[in-house]
Amino acid sequence: MRKEIHFRLNGEAVSAQVAPHESLVEVLRDAFGLHGARESCGQGMCGCCTVLVNARAVSGCLYLASLCENAQVQTIEGGGELDAVQQAFVEASAFQCGFCTPGFVLMTRQLLEERSDPSEEEIRHYLSGNLCRCAAYPEIIEAVKLAAKKRSKS
Amino acid sequence: MKRATQSTETPQVGRSVPRLESWLKVTGRAEYVHNLRLPGMLYGKIFRSTVAHGRIRRIDAAAAQALCGVHRVVTGEDVRKLIPQPYYGPAFHDQPVLALDKVRYVGEPVAVVLAADPHVAEEATHLIVAEYEELPAVYDEVEAVNSRAIVHEELRPAGTFPDLKHLKGRTNTNVALDFHLRRGNAPEAMKKADRVFEHRFRTQQVMHTPMEPLVSVAESSETSLTIHTASQSPSFVRMELARLLGWAENRIRVRVPFLGGGFGAKLYIKLEALVAVLSLMTRKPVKIALSMEEQFFTITKHASTFRIKSGVAKDGRIVARECEVWWNGGAYADIGPRVTQKSGFTASGPYDIEHVAVDSYALYTNLPPAGALRGFGIPQLVWAYESHTDLMARELGVDPIEFRRGNLLREGRPQATGTVMRDAAIEKVLERLSSLMNWERRFDRGTGTLRRGRGIAIGFKACVSPTTSLATVNVNADGSCIVYCSTADMGQGSDTAMAQIAGEVLNMAAESVTVVHSDTDVTPYDMATLGSRSLFHMGNAVRLAAEDARKKLRELRKELQLPPDCDIPEIFKKKYGMQAGHVAGTGSFIPGYKSPDQNGLSDNATPFWMVGGTGVELEVDTETGRVRITRLVNVADVGTPINPKIVETQLSGAAIMQLGFSLFEKMEFDAAGQLRNASFAEYKIPGLLDLPGEIVNEAVVAEQKSGPFGAKGVGETGTFGVSPAIANAIHDAVGVRLTSLPMNPQAVWEKLGEAR
Repeated sequence: MRKEIHFRLNGEAVSAQVAPHESLVEVLRDAFGLHGARESCGQGMCGCCTVLVNARAVSGCLYLASLCENAQVQTIEGGGELDAVQQAFVEASAFQCGFCTPGFVLMTRQLLEERSDPSEEEIRHYLSGNLCRCAAYPEIIEAVKLAAKKRSKS
Repeated sequence: MKRATQSTETPQVGRSVPRLESWLKVTGRAEYVHNLRLPGMLYGKIFRSTVAHGRIRRIDAAAAQALCGVHRVVTGEDVRKLIPQPYYGPAFHDQPVLALDKVRYVGEPVAVVLAADPHVAEEATHLIVAEYEELPAVYDEVEAVNSRAIVHEELRPAGTFPDLKHLKGRTNTNVALDFHLRRGNAPEAMKKADRVFEHRFRTQQVMHTPMEPLVSVAESSETSLTIHTASQSPSFVRMELARLLGWAENRIRVRVPFLGGGFGAKLYIKLEALVAVLSLMTRKPVKIALSMEEQFFTITKHASTFRIKSGVAKDGRIVARECEVWWNGGAYADIGPRVTQKSGFTASGPYDIEHVAVDSYALYTNLPPAGALRGFGIPQLVWAYESHTDLMARELGVDPIEFRRGNLLREGRPQATGTVMRDAAIEKVLERLSSLMNWERRFDRGTGTLRRGRGIAIGFKACVSPTTSLATVNVNADGSCIVYCSTADMGQGSDTAMAQIAGEVLNMAAESVTVVHSDTDVTPYDMATLGSRSLFHMGNAVRLAAEDARKKLRELRKELQLPPDCDIPEIFKKKYGMQAGHVAGTGSFIPGYKSPDQNGLSDNATPFWMVGGTGVELEVDTETGRVRITRLVNVADVGTPINPKIVETQLSGAAIMQLGFSLFEKMEFDAAGQLRNASFAEYKIPGLLDLPGEIVNEAVVAEQKSGPFGAKGVGETGTFGVSPAIANAIHDAVGVRLTSLPMNPQAVWEKLGEAR
């Protein structure tokens, strides 16, 4: 039942044995020990499981791992030093419990790739699929604005 | 992120230190039990009751047991073989590890399937068949008082609370606890009042929905048990498991890393007893991680009904108040009886009223259990008394802020219990709220189908008492510092606050202090992380422990004839001839307290008061009933903030959470007690698009003299006034009164229809 798939994980060529029903989050967790993408609602409604596949955000709890053959998969664990978005989230105190934070960071990166200087309205809409029960939303909006500034400077 | 030890004269409290764990959280490396996988671990999946109330006739698990990959199926009867009385709970020993003899709500755990593959375990649960003899069920908290459906045949108070002892052995009742407070003579005073007002308000059942769903892992040997759990109360978990198993506490170790949110959902025993039993039975590590859906069947917030009646004199003074509150506790008491009493005694609100009668009832019903949710019952009470206050002001033709001013419970005056108000900035909160709302200024009331209104509300809470916190502060031979405490950091920033407190005492940068997470083999006892108690209680314990360490260091310097300003490493080098040893400071804190007398009165009911006020400006669309909050003002007395930025995120986060409970969140049950919206697809929590247009947060200038560096708790304060402020603003905008939560478009639209 299991088949071997090959893909690039945070830039590195990897392979994994996956069953047809296994989600990307399960494979990242069980085969690679990566826990930054987390299943929370299990329905693709909360964004905690966000993973970038070929530079597009997907709900990792619903996305089948077997679809990642030859794909570029990026998780929050990729990269060395904190990037502008992560720095901005720290500086703006844009999280509390931190469970949803990786999803927000990855979505913000994607937003800023598309629009380097988003309006507040655009930020609210773009990130509306990510939920934060601690409701650090005002700080998250600040963090996105701050990240945009940091990126435009560099 | 390496943090060097830094000696500093800079004040550590009152500084917005970024959370110590920032790097871990923005890189996805923070440790949660959610992440934990142990070698040889089994996953448990729960088979749940499909009926609201019934006797268990038969459970057929043969097909499930036969499924390839299933390790074992366990039922309540299997648990009973290991533990003859497998009932737990903080107030009542009423909840079985798995259903025994009866099921009491739809969704109650009946059996567990264990398998190495969680998908196999899940599949096998669908092969279990259970037969029940259905019994009449009761869902409404007021009906439960006289219902012929009896949820528990006999009450089983835990015995740890003296004020619950009289309930032992009581039969044929759903009233788990009745709390009564009598101050003066309310019925007589009511007769003499110029005007009497009476209203009834309801709140709905909702769920905490922490983003990290409830999760626990157990591993065991013949003589020991280790529980890794997303828990707000590790010390209680250890104590309760020891009691269930008849073991000494030192055989049980409870470890808690970061929590992905808690809000009161992760208190007392949730999955811990179940994974413990399963691990002891199988001698393997066992993990149970609930789905978002299953959380709704585990713990919720009390639905409530509140009848409130006030007598007002000619001069506008409230002279008498009667409060009757029914709390829908669901099938198991959890901490409901504490909510009934500890919050019940503030039901008359932050007003100076001579004659008060409070009757507060904890009811069993056939719904999922209810416990603490960010406010311990206070938001339900404030919803009623502040809606009521606004209605009275309206009827009397008095400005609502002016009406409150005339009745406010001021510093030095006795609250309904008789406890004199100290360090409770109620007046200041009201005045700052009035000012930030520009109350005196003309307000744009909108036109056509978009009508605008504004409203305010203030509430207060007495911190639960008496409770204990202990802490240890180690200073190592290199001068670095470690804080050991059992407070769980579930997002409120306690690690950072405790580091700031220890750093302030020891003149060290908070960023260089390490805080060890709860591990009952290592970190000292703490009652629990709940009710905004930790900053005050644990903060005081950490302060005392750090002061103890500082004193010991001073004594060492003296003993070794070192100058008083010599660096810490020099002390250890001289003492031990090399870099060795450490100094351990200990701190223990329990505030004074006096139990209420037979009239519910006490002159020392609480160590501190929390005060929160909310102002709302909103728009109502009269065609759709949709309410849009354009401005939300949160004002609070938090004492002197230890970390102003974290205090602000706590205030606004709490208020936004309460916006969800006010405007749309509701657990919807059908006539058979089946929950119909147990998922984020159907149960919506606030997202970015639900945010008010503008949010203003302010902590008034205040000091809690008995708190660590003048501080007190803040986690719940932002919730207090939100719901009534919105109802008051809707009334202001369109002239209709909502008396039930949530105030969703349908409810508002229906009220508008009635008024047309």
